[in-house]
Amino acid sequence: MSVNVKELSKRFGGRREVVGVDRVSFECPEHRITSLLGPSGSGKSTLLRLVAGLEIPDGGAVCINGEEVTQVPVRERNVGFVFQNYALFSHMTVFENIAFGLKVHGATASDIRARVSELLSLVQLQGYDKRLPDQLSGGQRQRIALARALAIRPRVLLLDEPFGALDTQVRVELREWLHQLHEQTQVTTLLVTHDQEEALELSDHIVLLKDGEVEQVGTPSELYERPKSAFVAAFLGGAKVMTGRVVGGQARFADDALTASVDLAEGSIVEAFIRPHDVRLAKAKGAMPAKVARVERLVRVGSFVKLAVVLPDGDRLSVQMQNDLFEEHALAPGDNVLVDLRRAQVTPRPNYTI
Amino acid sequence: MSGAASLINSHRHERPALEDGALARRLLIGGATAFLGVVLLLPLVVVFSSALKQGFGVYFDAIADAEALSSMRLTLLAAAVSVPLNLVFGVAAAWVISKYEFPGKGLLTTLIDLPFSVSPVVVGLIFVLLFGAKGWFAPLLQALDLKIIFSVPGILIVTTFITFPLVAREVLAVMQAQGSDEEEAALTLGASGGTIFLRITLPKIKWGVLYGVILCNARAVGEFGAVSVVSGHIRGETNTLPLHVEILYGEYHFAAAFAVASLLCLLAVATLIIKQWVEWQAARHRAGERSTAPVRPKPTLHKGIAP
Repeated sequence: MSVNVKELSKRFGGRREVVGVDRVSFECPEHRITSLLGPSGSGKSTLLRLVAGLEIPDGGAVCINGEEVTQVPVRERNVGFVFQNYALFSHMTVFENIAFGLKVHGATASDIRARVSELLSLVQLQGYDKRLPDQLSGGQRQRIALARALAIRPRVLLLDEPFGALDTQVRVELREWLHQLHEQTQVTTLLVTHDQEEALELSDHIVLLKDGEVEQVGTPSELYERPKSAFVAAFLGGAKVMTGRVVGGQARFADDALTASVDLAEGSIVEAFIRPHDVRLAKAKGAMPAKVARVERLVRVGSFVKLAVVLPDGDRLSVQMQNDLFEEHALAPGDNVLVDLRRAQVTPRPNYTI
Repeated sequence: MSGAASLINSHRHERPALEDGALARRLLIGGATAFLGVVLLLPLVVVFSSALKQGFGVYFDAIADAEALSSMRLTLLAAAVSVPLNLVFGVAAAWVISKYEFPGKGLLTTLIDLPFSVSPVVVGLIFVLLFGAKGWFAPLLQALDLKIIFSVPGILIVTTFITFPLVAREVLAVMQAQGSDEEEAALTLGASGGTIFLRITLPKIKWGVLYGVILCNARAVGEFGAVSVVSGHIRGETNTLPLHVEILYGEYHFAAAFAVASLLCLLAVATLIIKQWVEWQAARHRAGERSTAPVRPKPTLHKGIAP
């Protein structure tokens, strides 16, 4: 079942701290995971609630499997919704939680038992049926919440920051587990997250949102390799955006300290999206002082080293180097270095007005 | 050696602090207990000893008196009418305020507290102005041959008005603390509004509801000021228990007055015991789910039982 969102708008007249969305359109292809990614305040949760029917849009349409459901009430939409804080029924056992949707749909007791035990094994929590939600860990609760949402065989699974309340290790485990679960169930899934890593790892498509509008839609690699805007580049992979000019067949940035060969018209203004691991550093020996940057600070973070580099014009650049490469260069704070932009993406600046 | 020295040292350092703490603690506990004894327990003892001063015969005669029994019936009727009404309207108001966004929501929330912010005597006077012989609705009531003021309906109306906030406020606090996520989850699973209320919301708010009902009942039984204004003090007809106590006292039947008052006191003690039990149950319930649900602020008694 695919989901189509067309020109969807929702305003919240200034009340509450909820963000609206403005004429948003995107598509979630069948059997795929699509992520709604964006910083807090980008309207991604609002969008998910609009798709679920928990909010009524001011304009636009939501279609599930080609059929418009904009006017269909939530309880008839048959969507599975998983909340960030689980929203398990705290006074019901795990069994009763998962059985709830089946019961209100009038399933027989034996069907309910069979379906619940099937779901418990799907989320690998067999034997937990008599527990109350407060007797489970955060990760277990979230898996029960998923089982409960899947119980009614939803047409679409909607996940609102499903791992947001968990600590890093559990989050990474559950991410892997959700991927496997999706391989088994093949349910069309719409995932809201502010975590770029989660979106890049889990989804087939990403809808990147900013201030209630779509910034870019594409596969994770499209968004990562070819960001359409400085915002996308900065949000995915933490790229620093620098503006420069093409002189002598080279794009030059930061008082000529950074250069990259480009095939662009002489004198045109360009933008570089520089990710911390796209930069190569080499010790400067006898180079022109104007082109020399300085290592200000370095921190070892597990398998790589983070460096803060000060460019000749005073601007700062963060750089990541793998441990082995770092050892090779043997850099230390205060060292003068040459910065090589070889792998950074340089594009003509779309808007020439400054 | 050094270990022993540090022990002695720490002992010397901690001792004065400990003693200060113990002294302050004893003074505070003693002070609070003495205050409670004088202000709460002593009057209770006085009520019962005065009631029984002339023996059990007089005590039971005072209680079994026809006017006393009539006032008891009226008081129980007032509670029996106002508590269910306030239960329904209180839960409905709390539901509407916590689940929906609508213009005037802030005003409604403020209005719920109105009966508490106005003196009960003024409340009584307001209803006299509305339904009295020269009130706004007087022509209508005359045409329908209905009597509200100086009659039982007036007492039921003001009692219901005065006790309205008790259930609504308790339930609203619980609902706002719990949010609507579980209700929304039930909605996406296909549940109807009725099912959601009965199977999701009600189990979550039941202790708050029960607590509100207990407070509402206690206030309905003990309400004096507003009831006094609209009652007209017709003996055997429009006197409630508190009004009956006042009449007996005013006529120097002290033993009888205290005997009837002791009934109200017994009811208050029973209410406190039930309230304590409900709080204990609710706390146990909350402790079970403290990791999922936000902890609700400890309920406080909004107002005394008697005026």
